[in-house]
Amino acid sequence: MSISDIFRKARAENRAVLVGCMPAGFPTVEDSIASMIAMHEAGCDVIEVELPYSDPVMDGPVIQKASDIALAAGVRTRDTLHIIEAVAKAGAPVVLMTYWNPIEKYGVNAFARDLAAAGATGMITPDLIPDEAAEWIAAADEQSLDRTFLVSPSSTDERIAMTVANCRGFVYATALMGVTGARTSVSRQAPDLVARVRHADPEMPVGVGLGVGNGKQAAEVAGFADGVIVGSALIRCVLEATDRPTGLARLRALSGELAEGVRRPEK
Amino acid sequence: MSAPSLPELPSLPDLSGHFGRYGGRFVPEALVRALDELDDAYRTAKTDPIFQAEFGNLLKNYAGVPSLLYRAERLSRAVGAEILLKREDLNHTGAHKVRNVLGQALLAKRMGKPRVIAETGAGQHGVASATAAALLDLECVVYMGEMDTERQALNVARMRMLGATVIPVTNGSRTLKDALNEALRDWVASVDTTHYLLGTAAGPHPFPEIVRDFVGGIGVEARAQCLDQLGRLPDAVAACVGGGSNAIGIFHAFVPDEEVRLYGFEAGGEGVETGRHAASITGGSSGVLHGARTYVLQDEDGQTVESHSISAGLDYPGVGPEHAWLHDTGQAEYQPVTDAEAMAAFQLLCRTEGIIPAIESAHAIAGAVRIIPELSAEIGREPTIVINLSGRGDKDVHTAGAYFGILDPVETLVPGEQE
Repeated sequence: MSISDIFRKARAENRAVLVGCMPAGFPTVEDSIASMIAMHEAGCDVIEVELPYSDPVMDGPVIQKASDIALAAGVRTRDTLHIIEAVAKAGAPVVLMTYWNPIEKYGVNAFARDLAAAGATGMITPDLIPDEAAEWIAAADEQSLDRTFLVSPSSTDERIAMTVANCRGFVYATALMGVTGARTSVSRQAPDLVARVRHADPEMPVGVGLGVGNGKQAAEVAGFADGVIVGSALIRCVLEATDRPTGLARLRALSGELAEGVRRPEK
Repeated sequence: MSAPSLPELPSLPDLSGHFGRYGGRFVPEALVRALDELDDAYRTAKTDPIFQAEFGNLLKNYAGVPSLLYRAERLSRAVGAEILLKREDLNHTGAHKVRNVLGQALLAKRMGKPRVIAETGAGQHGVASATAAALLDLECVVYMGEMDTERQALNVARMRMLGATVIPVTNGSRTLKDALNEALRDWVASVDTTHYLLGTAAGPHPFPEIVRDFVGGIGVEARAQCLDQLGRLPDAVAACVGGGSNAIGIFHAFVPDEEVRLYGFEAGGEGVETGRHAASITGGSSGVLHGARTYVLQDEDGQTVESHSISAGLDYPGVGPEHAWLHDTGQAEYQPVTDAEAMAAFQLLCRTEGIIPAIESAHAIAGAVRIIPELSAEIGREPTIVINLSGRGDKDVHTAGAYFGILDPVETLVPGEQE
């Protein structure tokens, strides 16, 4: 199922899509595959695989730490593609989130080709704005991959319109001015941002990320957005567990709680 | 000579901040509005006589600019060339960096932002930022790699004395690049009230252009001083290149002078062939780091590789995008200089001229000395070389003392502890 179909279906069910994020190769390649499959089985509609990068400027301490662990264990770009393939084969829709330099280094066209071959639906690019993305936009068209760019509370209406026009699949709304990481409360800026995106394009699904960590917050965000994106809180399940089975059990439990949350949107 | 003004050299970057294929903006969308605001504020300031007068006044009466162009007679005789030193080491705070921080702090004021943040490696840019913030009554937060706070405890104390908050960065390699990441993370969350006072001519547009213009007086002055003192232009201009602000500052005014060769000397560390270096242009490849496309030290997957240099100020795995472009177009030549070569030049300048240079600047001296034979052969006489002495070496006395083995004779003489 395409990402657009997943959002359409969720809309029909009057609920939001749950997107769960996990860095590739954290803490090992095989463990990250197991985590992602568990997340999907327990209720994450879409798995967002993050390609570990040495200088993740949009990410808070949890994702930084997980990325560092993956990189220290020697994870390579080709491992990320392998992980995507394994998770997609297990039936989970997969979108890649990646900083730009690893893609530029791989070669944009070659990467788009291999990403599509691995079964990913598209790519989220936190430090690539449409202004610099001509090569990726063309490559994504060539490979029929979705493009998710970010909009932020600081974006002007003109930039929101331009960014949404360059997205396919869904647009990623960063709920607050800051880096990734669970917060105690949902940003008040988020509903306003989502409304501005809808004004620019009522059809484009909007995923909201940054700060969501539990079922209650998921329900709150599901009340105004099409997708709820959760990263740090899920990663912490693995990071803080003393052994793998505990980590997987916590991942399943939190995924279940979040999945339940997106099904009771607070209007 | 009148107070220096911003150089009027248009052309690059283009409106979207590109120098050829380099530069641009590879940043989270959250920062775009702040960068646009900064760009607008700078465009207005650039043509505003009041801003220029304020900047010129601070440079002249506070920072001690224009710096001298000093004919280094004994060094010249020792190396067989006419060497002129652009004495940026004599500026207030001891380096060229004061020009940039004063310009940007004035811009921050103009934009109504009461808080500035900065990244620092050795602490020089942090000290300069804290200085400008104190002078202009701005809150100042400096991010510094934990490893660097340990290596440069004196500069941490300086910043604190000036009223700045120093935040040690404990993630990644705990050095300059991680401090920069952390400053960017702060900025993403604080753009409404905060100006990011970037320390070098790198990062996303418009920083490379703004920083270049603020430090561009170095080259404008040096060019005029050459014409004044020699009646002609030099044969070559040499500078060290880390992020590349002092180099672009002295190069820029000379770029149109085709007869003047421009040399940038990167930190070759233990040798480019060892992999332990900070020579992004001569030992790296094209990539995207900290907001711009430029030359980067990276592995085959595009992960940033740690840099190494005896000079903390050059110890950075990227370089300003305009240098990448000057390199590709052959308008400037870049070569690596090893730690050992730099330290030999450090000692040479101390002994011949009574000037203790920053180890960064010693790279420029070492490189300039290296190119003398080929330059002489090419032009058929002793060449005239302007070297940007970008900073003074007080901060490096400990490093240099350890390198030359002249620290702490007392400790090694404790009875019973000798081998």
